[in-house]
Amino acid sequence: MTPLLQVASVSKRFPGVLALENVSLTLARGEVLAVVGENGAGKSTLMKILAGVQTPDSGEILLDGQTVTIDSVRAAQQLGIALIHQELNLADNLTVAANIFLGREPRRGWFIQQRETETGSTAVLKQVGLDPAVAGPRTLVSTLSLGRQQLVEIAKALSAQARVLIMDEPTSSLSQPESDALFRVIKDLRARGVSIIYISHRLGEVKELADRVVVLRDGKNAGVLSREEITQDNLVRLMVGRNFSVSRSARQRAASVPRASALEVRAFRTAANPQHELNFSVPPGEIVGVAGLVGAGRTEMLLALFGVEPAVGGEILLNGVAQKITRPRDAIAAGLALVPEDRKQQGVILEMAVRENLSLPSLRRDARAGFRNTASERAIADEMVEKLDVKTPSQRQFVQFLSGGNQQKIVLGKWLALKPRVLLLDEPTRGIDVGAKQEIYKLIEQLAADGVAILFVSSEMEEILRLSDRALVMHEGRITGELPGEELSEEAVMQLATGRQNG
Amino acid sequence: MKKLLGIFGLLVFVCVVTALKEPNFLNPYNVENTVRWTALFSLIAIGVSFVIITGGIDLSIGSTIGLVGSLLASLLTVKGWSISAALTTVMLVSLGIGLAHGLLITKLRLQPFVVTLCGLLIYRGLARFLTDDQSQGFGNAFEGLRSLATGKITLPFGGYALPFPLFIMVAVGILAAIFLNRTIYGRYLLALGRNETAARYSGINTDAMKIIAYVICSGLAGVAGILFSLNLNSVQPSGLGEFYELYAIAGAVLGGCSLRGGEGSILGVIIGSAVMRVLYNSINILRIPTHWEFAIIGAVILSGVIVDELVKRVARGKTANTKLQTAEKPQTPNSGPS
Repeated sequence: MTPLLQVASVSKRFPGVLALENVSLTLARGEVLAVVGENGAGKSTLMKILAGVQTPDSGEILLDGQTVTIDSVRAAQQLGIALIHQELNLADNLTVAANIFLGREPRRGWFIQQRETETGSTAVLKQVGLDPAVAGPRTLVSTLSLGRQQLVEIAKALSAQARVLIMDEPTSSLSQPESDALFRVIKDLRARGVSIIYISHRLGEVKELADRVVVLRDGKNAGVLSREEITQDNLVRLMVGRNFSVSRSARQRAASVPRASALEVRAFRTAANPQHELNFSVPPGEIVGVAGLVGAGRTEMLLALFGVEPAVGGEILLNGVAQKITRPRDAIAAGLALVPEDRKQQGVILEMAVRENLSLPSLRRDARAGFRNTASERAIADEMVEKLDVKTPSQRQFVQFLSGGNQQKIVLGKWLALKPRVLLLDEPTRGIDVGAKQEIYKLIEQLAADGVAILFVSSEMEEILRLSDRALVMHEGRITGELPGEELSEEAVMQLATGRQNG
Repeated sequence: MKKLLGIFGLLVFVCVVTALKEPNFLNPYNVENTVRWTALFSLIAIGVSFVIITGGIDLSIGSTIGLVGSLLASLLTVKGWSISAALTTVMLVSLGIGLAHGLLITKLRLQPFVVTLCGLLIYRGLARFLTDDQSQGFGNAFEGLRSLATGKITLPFGGYALPFPLFIMVAVGILAAIFLNRTIYGRYLLALGRNETAARYSGINTDAMKIIAYVICSGLAGVAGILFSLNLNSVQPSGLGEFYELYAIAGAVLGGCSLRGGEGSILGVIIGSAVMRVLYNSINILRIPTHWEFAIIGAVILSGVIVDELVKRVARGKTANTKLQTAEKPQTPNSGPS
């Protein structure tokens, strides 16, 4: 029997990176196929290709044995392929029925056939097991919990005659009972012949649901596991690969003798994950990496440390002194600096000059009676452009015209001007080309050598292994383990990142 | 600077055309009057430009002027307060209005449009209530105080004179320009208007800065309210200042403030306000039927903004080309949300 869906040797190149290289998979009717891989393994790109968001550079996609061209989201829908996004795509100001039929409303002339949308919705809502009393066709989507919204999204796909449902991390924001309800629906759909591609970081779910697992690594097929072969060890082994070579930095790693901590947190609780207490410390001159899968609560921890989303409990100590940090200004005054995750939104002001961006946090320190000190502004810009080798035609250039790497240097530079004692970095090299990446690494190492305590979050395994003297691994809001330099390996990180506790 | 040349060119163009068609445009009385009104409107335009720089808006300026003007006249003539007590009171009222706007917008996260629209209605109602909706006037009293608005310094040629409000405007303009361009707070305003998140992440107290902007705006509306009422002598609580917020906003936008925030020059705003007043004066002096007034002013502002946008787009097109060559590589596809 021909499989329902076949992906044959699909490749996709983005400038500077081969996102997918000859990736193949098959999906049978009524099968739940899990696709797993590390951050950046190519899962999302593959799913976007299937859903018509992106087109492959080469390779074939076959549906029912026929080659198909999926060049738009609409084309995918007509072929019966529906992608259910991690972040839901519902208009929450509209009713359930309006969402289910959005864009394909049954109508007479200019008028929507209200009754038909409602009867049509009732039928698919039943299929996903939604109780009409809580989520009927006329219920406003905004009144539904996230789990129920997810089910509405699935109902919408079913109503559009979807034969292949692609679910991207569907449980990432669901509670346990909601996840259980979703699993029941998935099993029920499978029994009725719907095929499902299930993307998840959570290996437990994969074990529970999947008939088969396709593992991707670095944009290539890393292996397939049949139902009985699915174990955590097998999965991690395939995700990580055995011949992974890491270019560890030649830098003398900080000795692991205990020293006074530049940064220490005790029973620290973030607003995002208030049920877990975080405890760790970073001595001066040490680089501590924070590894974990997307959504593990790492960014939230940095934002809490920096006072953007103030912590709900616990203590922050800098050089042994407890600090009250409720806004970024407090954090900066205490000697912290944050290179945030979203460079363009949080890090720089795109429509401001290089010099103005670099001097922004230092303005207050250098001001005389409220007046800007233009001499010190120029000095800061001169120093940082030179020291960080920022490539810009002039200091008057708007930051938006700089490359990603140079923009990131601006973010680093504006903090270095304040001489922070603790530098927090969130995905410091995201979206930066290889050359600039190396420069940023060198800068971070130089800062550590000068005695700055460094805590960085990264989703790139290579980066964690390359930079960290020590790594903290987080999973679902907790620190599941701490790996000193000599124990630091990709496999050890992945075990902890997928929820296996150590010691 | 190039931007200022454009708006300045428009001002000169309107002046020249009007003067050629009607020489009376240049007679000393008309010039003095136009300058006086330009000065008064520049004050509120400077005020609102601070709010616009933060990405906000203030629709209540006209009503604040109405409230301050009626209240001042009423306190001085009906209640018999001393000049200093009355002036202090009305200034505190206007500063308080700005503070209230700022707090509502930053702490309760209400939208500036809504807050100040409600202000527009409330202060107008308050002005009419406090004065029993009776027109207020100074009569022949308070000559000294009124000369703040009506006074002038005669120039030694052609009978021309510089009206006193011009000096007030110049002083306020210089202070505002220094605040905006030379202090750290001005830079903070520009930064937060461009990108509030990044400004906050840089340790700027963005809420406090926004509140300051609204206080400046209402405070200058208060100063203008005092001068308008002194200048007019007879104050209608229901009419004084009506639509003035729109002239102020239009002047600020013509002068180079972007309603998206983060942009503005005080000199530009003053020239923009001058364009508004000269246009208004031209319509009168050229005996164009006054019912055309709004339509003409609207059309001129619209064309000014369109031309400005087109110029910007051409400039952006040029830089976009250079940007392409240095553009960063798209982000590595990531399996998670980014």
